[in-house]
Amino acid sequence: MIAFILRRVFQSVLVLLIVGLVAFAMFSFVGDPVENMLGQERTQADVDRLREQMGLDQPIVVQYWTFLGNAFQGNFGLSYRQGREVSQIIAERLPATLELAFVSGVFAMLFGIGFGVFTAIRRNGIGSNVIMTLSLVGVSLPTFLIGILLIWVFSVELDMLPSFGRGDTVDLGWWTTGFLTQSGLKALILPSITLGLYQMTLIMRLVRSEMLEVLRQDYIRFARARGLREKSVNFRHALKNTLVPVITVTGLQLGSIIAFAIITETVFQWPGVGLLFINAIQFVDIPVMAAYLMLISVMFVGINLIVDLLYFAIDPRLRVDGTKGH
Amino acid sequence: MSRFTSAWQSDFAWKFRRSPVAIVSFLVLMTLVLGAVFAPLVAPYDPFDPGSLNLMNGFTPPMEPNMFSGEVFWLGTDDQGRDVFSTILFGMRISLFVGFAAVLFAMLLGVTLGLLAGYLGGWTETIIMRAADVQLTFPAILVAMLIFGIAKGITPVEYRDQMAIWVLIIAIGLSDWVQFARVVRGATLVEKNKEYVQAARLIGRSKGAIMLRHILPNVMSPVLVIATISLALAIIAEATLSFLGVGAPPTQPSLGTLIRIGQGFLFSGEWWILFFPAVTLLMLALSVNLLGDWLRDALNPRLK
Amino acid sequence: MKKTMLMATAMSLVLGASASAETLKWARAGDALTLDPHAQNEGVTIAVMHQMMEPLILRAPDGNLQAALATEWSVSPDNPEVWNFKLREGVTFHDGADFTAEDVVFSFERALSEESDMKGIISSVASVEAVNDYEVNIITNGPNPILPATLPNIFVIDKGWAEVNNVVDVQDVEGGEETFASQNVNGTGPYKLVSRENDVKTVMTINEDYWGKDEFPMEFTDIKFTPIQNQATRMAALLSGEVDFIQDVPVQDLERIKTTDGKKVLTAPQNRVIFFGLNLSDELLGGNVDGKNPLTDVKVRQAMNMAINREAIQQVVMRGQSQPAGMIAPPFVQGWTEELDSYPEWDVAAAKALMEEAGYGDGFSITLNCPNDRYINDEAICQATVGMLAQIGVTVNLEALPKAQHFPLVNGLESDFYMLGWGIPSYDSEYIFNFLYHTKGELFGTWNGTRYSNAKIDEMTQAIAQEVDLEKRDAMVAEMWQIVKDDVVYLPIHHQVLNWAMDGKVGAAMDSDDQVKVKYFTVD
Repeated sequence: MIAFILRRVFQSVLVLLIVGLVAFAMFSFVGDPVENMLGQERTQADVDRLREQMGLDQPIVVQYWTFLGNAFQGNFGLSYRQGREVSQIIAERLPATLELAFVSGVFAMLFGIGFGVFTAIRRNGIGSNVIMTLSLVGVSLPTFLIGILLIWVFSVELDMLPSFGRGDTVDLGWWTTGFLTQSGLKALILPSITLGLYQMTLIMRLVRSEMLEVLRQDYIRFARARGLREKSVNFRHALKNTLVPVITVTGLQLGSIIAFAIITETVFQWPGVGLLFINAIQFVDIPVMAAYLMLISVMFVGINLIVDLLYFAIDPRLRVDGTKGH
Repeated sequence: MSRFTSAWQSDFAWKFRRSPVAIVSFLVLMTLVLGAVFAPLVAPYDPFDPGSLNLMNGFTPPMEPNMFSGEVFWLGTDDQGRDVFSTILFGMRISLFVGFAAVLFAMLLGVTLGLLAGYLGGWTETIIMRAADVQLTFPAILVAMLIFGIAKGITPVEYRDQMAIWVLIIAIGLSDWVQFARVVRGATLVEKNKEYVQAARLIGRSKGAIMLRHILPNVMSPVLVIATISLALAIIAEATLSFLGVGAPPTQPSLGTLIRIGQGFLFSGEWWILFFPAVTLLMLALSVNLLGDWLRDALNPRLK
Repeated sequence: MKKTMLMATAMSLVLGASASAETLKWARAGDALTLDPHAQNEGVTIAVMHQMMEPLILRAPDGNLQAALATEWSVSPDNPEVWNFKLREGVTFHDGADFTAEDVVFSFERALSEESDMKGIISSVASVEAVNDYEVNIITNGPNPILPATLPNIFVIDKGWAEVNNVVDVQDVEGGEETFASQNVNGTGPYKLVSRENDVKTVMTINEDYWGKDEFPMEFTDIKFTPIQNQATRMAALLSGEVDFIQDVPVQDLERIKTTDGKKVLTAPQNRVIFFGLNLSDELLGGNVDGKNPLTDVKVRQAMNMAINREAIQQVVMRGQSQPAGMIAPPFVQGWTEELDSYPEWDVAAAKALMEEAGYGDGFSITLNCPNDRYINDEAICQATVGMLAQIGVTVNLEALPKAQHFPLVNGLESDFYMLGWGIPSYDSEYIFNFLYHTKGELFGTWNGTRYSNAKIDEMTQAIAQEVDLEKRDAMVAEMWQIVKDDVVYLPIHHQVLNWAMDGKVGAAMDSDDQVKVKYFTVD
């Protein structure tokens, strides 16, 4: 057990280091931050001075090593764009992304499960066909377009919901939340739908097929035969059995929700880490890009590790062979 | 073997005939694909030939004569005076090419690595599956941006606009191979202990031959389903990437690039620049998705 | 009892405030990078700071120089290298400290320091000396007749405040720590900083003690500045009334705004010229011609100049929101003439003939580098140019990149053909020759990506910087413009037209630099 955990943790760290190196290597190609940091009137001497001070004249491996050393102490340096501590900027921005991801996740789960059950029970009904088709339409358009269309309809034409930002937020000291104000809650609606739509469809289809599977099982037939009411069969017996894979999938999708938040945040000017990352790319703000990628990697690898360990705990048949039960 | 295939196929064909959704999707998809493939013959203009464009034709509404030249364009023209209908056909070529090529690349990579991991086991498997984890760590759009950045750094100036498409293919393909690898590995683990494989091993067949001739055909149906759904995802991913500025160049736009350009005209009344490419993309992705759905059900009889 | 009184007071305060309070909700594409006045010479940053800090001399929205912290200025009669400034008395900083000459000396020394991003603008300044509490002398390196025109973005901050908060040195982004000044402001300006969340919002409120409170309208009591990057979202925010005032308005949306009830658009010529630069060195980096560079032949450059249909770009791509250009200077810049600003008639046949004459009848191929997030419809202009040049046989590969990746190509001499835009903050031709035409080097020609090198231009550029005889200077400037025009060093496209869109209640005072000075705004 301990050997297995140690091995997985070691592998995860290795993965992180590789991800970090690849990410870092990318930065030498995305542009030159120096040009952005100096105004129209800068001289070549300014450019050289700045490059040298930022260590940009060093080989990439040296830069990476320095970066890693600092990253271990939670120090990602200063953002080239804002001139502030990267760790502080990320701490400021993370609540926005996490709240958005959370609400999208909840939205995806609730509607995904609801629609999934509905479409499984009324397999050939008109309602479920409409839902199935609409959900496919939703995933057949790029996210940015869905976001813009939602803004167009609900902000401009109907004037119901805000088109950008988080609304009023309440500062809890180490966390800013949009959950406590009306404008904050309203501001969450459109971005959450945009971001959660894909996951909702995924969950809905998963629930539907699992339900169909389960509903065919003997014990369900048996329950029906015993004369249990339809509702009770569907929900107490069938749905319960579909939830384990749903929760697993949602867990694994959490990382990709956070990654895809890049697009949603750009469309809705949502002040989270995704928008921060896009701005960083446009400005070639290397410390921010690096910190963001490391953050995302830690989240993904962490989630993967937890899932692995859970599987191990649940299913002792899994031998320690470095493989995963998928 | 061939008798088995034909029987399977006729069963398959029977299912197809019985599904109106599948038939309609297939017809829509075929129309679009043929339109794209034969775009140079079908399209009234060649929007990729910059010399043939007339800027003064710009923003002509659908079916209305242009105010300077009097020319009429079915679906109107875009901001550069390109015929929207022709541009969609040519753009779809790029979207479909990127989509197919990316999925093919992902499939080849994923299936090969999945087979190797599943059949050989040991260190090979550990390395491949760890690599898959690394890959999953990077969401598709980040992978694409990363590869795009690197490729731009190493390609000479004059090849950069052709480079974009290949980079898209590799980027989308790379972010997609993992699910092929995982499924194939899983299926291989099951297959390799079956009698027919053991028999093949006993009569001294090489590992390569066993993997290719015996195991591969038996893991192909899940691969096909994943490939179909990946195709839709790849086409959408290309569109998303172009929104983030790493897509096909504006002089040779894909559907995604057209949508990115078109969304700037959502409020200004030139709805056709966004609407037609978006609807085309929707039809394309939707028909592929529906076919994928049907295919999964058809190949997985448990659910029917 | 006490509680009810408090309640009543609070109520009346709220009511009183709401009766006269008017907030300007202002959005544009980007956010200020910092609030340190000397750390970033960048448009949005300076626009935000203008609400809270002041220079000695301000450029009013009408383009004229206006007294701000200095009330009078003149060249010393005995020494042309000394400018004397009388300072405004009775001005206080936001924290209550008095404004005096030592603050001016301190701020200029700060702006001239190594880490400052503003030192390039005032590079002619050798030193600044306080004469008494309300008078300073600025000593220049050689005579500088246009010094006042270089001062409108050099802000003055309080010396005492800077010392207490340890921000005597300019914020140095790579230096290790963020500084107090990057997030806080103590200026003399009409608005005070209330709160700032980077990239989210910056809130300001009126400075009741502002010296010019009665001189300027100052009808907005509060300002809430929000960056909104995506242009469709920015438009949506204006149309839905979530913001009152937007800059960086997409040209295609002007009509929609104008026809929307309660919204309006203001238009003014902008201080920015869009043009193409060409590689004039012996060899191209890319392309299909080996051993020689077709662009070195002036006939080829003339042909390209003639093949670009500026009027079509103006009408279609810019929807009329541009003025075709023949020189890299807008009309209000010293040295502009109508004749210099004329451009060759669009004539594909004549252009082809020129190409033939130059020996490139079959054309050649070249890569055009273009930004896609910097100027109005930059990518679309480049795209249109690709089509127009194709008609004379020049095959153009377009590479459109974000500005952070585009500008290094121009400055690293890694482009054969590129788009650039230029604003002239000093409103004087010297600025243009200094940066764009002088042979590229350490101090001069730093934005000259063309490899153009003309000894005469170099010499005259340095001479006009110090020429005090204005008539003679004008003649020199005219001669220089003619030389570079005949040489077709750049292909000017157009002068940008500036558009601001706003709610009907906003009475904005527009200026050509796209700077916003809310103190001039009225509530209609």
